[in-house]
Parts: sequence; C-alpha cells; structure tokens
Amino acid sequence: MTFVLRILSIGAIDLVQYQPELNMNLSVLASAALPRGTKSFAGPGAWLLLRRAAVPVGVVAVWQAAAGFGLTSPQTMPAPSMIVSSFWNLIVTGQLWPNLLISLTRVVFGLAAGVAVGTVLGLAAGLSRLGEDMIDPSVQMARTLPHLALIPLMILWFGIGETPKIVIIALGSSFPIYLNLYSAIRGADRKLLEAGQVLGLTRAETILNVVLPAALPGFLVGLRQALGIAWISLVVAEQINADAGIGYLVMNARDFLQTDVIFDGLLVYAMLGLATDRLVRRLEITLLAWRPVLLDR
Amino acid sequence: MNMLIEAPPSGDVLSSTELAVEVRGLTRRYGANCVLRDLDLSIRPGEFVALLGRSGSGKSTLLRTLAGLDAAPAGRVVAPGTLGVVFQEPRLLPWKRVWKNVILGLRAPDALARAEAALREVGLGHRLNAWPLTLSGGEAQRAALARALVREPGLLLLDEPFAALDALTRLKMQEMVLELWRVHRPAVLLVTHDVDEALILADRVLMLEDGRISLEVMVPMARPRRHEGAAFGALRRELLGALGVVV
Repeated sequence: MTFVLRILSIGAIDLVQYQPELNMNLSVLASAALPRGTKSFAGPGAWLLLRRAAVPVGVVAVWQAAAGFGLTSPQTMPAPSMIVSSFWNLIVTGQLWPNLLISLTRVVFGLAAGVAVGTVLGLAAGLSRLGEDMIDPSVQMARTLPHLALIPLMILWFGIGETPKIVIIALGSSFPIYLNLYSAIRGADRKLLEAGQVLGLTRAETILNVVLPAALPGFLVGLRQALGIAWISLVVAEQINADAGIGYLVMNARDFLQTDVIFDGLLVYAMLGLATDRLVRRLEITLLAWRPVLLDR
Repeated sequence: MNMLIEAPPSGDVLSSTELAVEVRGLTRRYGANCVLRDLDLSIRPGEFVALLGRSGSGKSTLLRTLAGLDAAPAGRVVAPGTLGVVFQEPRLLPWKRVWKNVILGLRAPDALARAEAALREVGLGHRLNAWPLTLSGGEAQRAALARALVREPGLLLLDEPFAALDALTRLKMQEMVLELWRVHRPAVLLVTHDVDEALILADRVLMLEDGRISLEVMVPMARPRRHEGAAFGALRRELLGALGVVV
C-alpha cells in the first residue's frame, strides 16, 4: 500500500514539479544548439508538456476503457470516473475535510517536533566537538533501526491517541534533518572559513555569517527528505490504529469494500505530498536566492 | 615618485618599530618535511615585495604564517594588526551581496559608505548589490581586493591573486593593484611564480628556495614599467636563472 502510494506521489511530483525548470533548460539548450530559424525538436511549452503527459494520460484512458468494457471489476479496479465521483461525494458529504484536517495536524505537529529536535542535535554535534562525541555515535546507531518498527512500543507507551502517531512522525523526520545539517555544517568550505578568520570575525560572527548560511542548502535537503518520511509515517501510523484521519477513511473503506474510496485516499496523500514538497521548493528559491540557476553570461 | 627605492635592503638592521613585517628565525615543519628553515624577512611600511619560488618552496606557508592562518610557528613573527589578504580565489561569501562581503568584519559606523567607496575604487560601483556568483572572475577578484583594502591594512598579502585570470585581465589587475598601492600605501607581500609580474610590480624581489630566502634583488626601474629594456631583461634573466630556467 505504502509502496503504491510512493510510486503515485513520486510520479505526480516528477510530472508537474520539475517541469518548468526542465522546460527552461531544454529551450535554452535547444535555442543555443540550433541555428536560427531551425524548428526546435524539443519545442517550447505545449509540445513538451504533451510528451511528458502522454503516458499518465494514456494509462488513465486505457484504464477507463478497460473498466467500461467490463474487463476490470469495480471491487478491485474501479474506473477513474468512479473514483472522481466518489471523491466528489467525500467532499460534499463533508467526510473529507475533518479527516484531512486531522491528518494534516498530525503531520504538522510531528514534523515541527522532528525538525526542532533534529536541528538542535545537528547544531550541537556540528558546532562543537563535545556535542559531536556525545550525540553523533548514538544518533548513528539509532538511525539504523527502522523507526516504524517502534509502533507497537509506542502504542504500549502512549496508548492509541494522537501521541504515538505524532511521536512516530517526529522520530522519523528528525533523522534526515540531523544527518543533513550535521554534515552540511562539517562540510562548510575551509577556504571561506579562512577568509573569515583573516577578516577578524569572532567565533559567533563566523557561525552566523559563514557556517550557518553554508549549511542552509543541506538543511533544506534534509527538510524535503523529512517531509517524505513524515507522510510515510503518517500513513502507517494512521492505518494501524485510528478513529479519524485519511488513513481511517481508507481502512474503513476497505472494511466496506469501497475500493474507489481507497483510491481517493491515495489521491489525497499524493496531493498532500506534492503540495508540501512544492512549499519547501518555494522556500529554497526564497532562501537560496544567491544561487544562480542559469548564469546569464 | 617612489621614495622607497633608495631605501636600504632588508638585510640592514632596522629597529622593529620601523618595520611593517619582521620575521626572525622562522622554522616550519610538516612532519619530517621542513618547509621553512630559520627564515628572516623584513618589509618596511609602504614597501612592495614580491616573493618568487617554485611550487612547494614554502611561499604560501610563509604568507599563511603572516596572515595568522598557520598555527604555532617557531620563531619571531611581527606583522601589523590590520591585514588584508587576497587569495588565488576571491573567497567571497556567495550568500552575501558584494557590498556586505566588503564590510565583513569591519567595525565602523560608516561601513556602507566605505564599502561603496572601496568598490568604486576597483571599478565595481555598479555591482554593489550583485550576488558574488554572478560576477566574472576578474570582477570577483577586484571585489576581494576592495574587501582587503577597505580596512586600510598596514600589510596587504597577495597569494597569487592573478593566477586564475586570463592574460588580459591579469595585466589590468596588476595596473589596478599598483594604483591602489600608490593611494593606500600598505606594505605588500605578493606571492607569485611569475617573474615578469614580480618585476613589473615590486620594489624588491625575493626568491624562496629550500625554506629560506636564497636571492634578493632590488628593482630600481621607475614606474610605470614595461616588459622591455635592458634593465628589465637583465633582471628577468637573473631571476629565471635562479629558478633554473635558462633563457
């Protein structure tokens, strides 16, 4: 289940998200490589979009046709049109929003806690030898344990309410933040550190002006990975024990053989993953404005 | 024009208050490898000194020691409190706009005005707000020069600052460094492997070999100098000969 979801969401992200940049790169390449007046094979905008959308749109079309001819049963593979109409039904009957809100809340709290813990530990281990010696070996050991394996323990410790779900999300998302931040701090360019030293920067000024900005791209990579793990953790945590949330909706649908609603749940997860990933990308563009994507010289 | 040409060479005994840089008995080892051995060096205020040497002769180690980047030197090293250093790469912080790079570590209330003046001086008055990664190689190196000079250093250390530039840009940069030196009058130590560059710029050229100064040559020609003439040719041959190149 999780696996299918990942495939779906990765596919959607690839299709929509990387397109503008790729599009731009391709048209730049094409216009540079081809003499003036030659028809570019990659073409701008529409043609490229068509080529990239052809496979997913084709799959949906074949799927719809197969369902229409009765080749698939609604219990295993409901038609896309059925999925859309049941999705609409979830919206108008008011089942979607409260459950969506609960799932979102779990992720927001879990991720916030995970990012906070990962950041504090990453800063401590990255900025001081003592911190490194005390924190890094333990974290490196702990991260080899798949955090989802802790769910039974979490249920024993925290019961079946919101706490175990949020703790699992926080636990999973703290590792990529820690690992990326720590290694980004340690990987700060020695040459820039020397330049700062020559300019007479104090230790605090060096950390503020050189080390932390140098580590920011790594931190943001960690944040994107953390988001991915947060969604996975949410899906698993919600399906094991929940009385509300998207996962609850899906498990409930399974009990009543509403396969279309299961697909609706997948759709929601994919859209949530895509939306939050775009949010981080936007954050990257704002915070890393100094990185020229395409040098115009 | 240049009042320092007639001054006595550094071998003469001067009191340390008259010197911008005083190094006595400097030895530096990396493991068993002795990079600098019992080295003496004096640079007077406002003097332009070029340091030549083959790769691995210890040029950069000496410069890094003067810059305070090399820990625990054995020997006596006196250098001014305010230093400017320009490395082979510009080493600008890519996440700070050019003018913010220039005032980095500068503790002055009128920092912005000084950054502006310094950048205008190197011909970058129009790139104050640019991101460093959008500058060309020559522009970035000029910004690094502005950053070194904005604090009016008593000693300017140049570690092969033109090595990564194309030939034309290099010539323009050399001219600019001379002009800035004339205005600001810091003592300069230029580390280079380019004999011509040393002869065009410096009052005095030193050769580093096996961790000590093996040759010292005064360059008496008036500035601006040209890559021609008998005096230039003779000095050039002497220095290249000392580097093991027969011309």
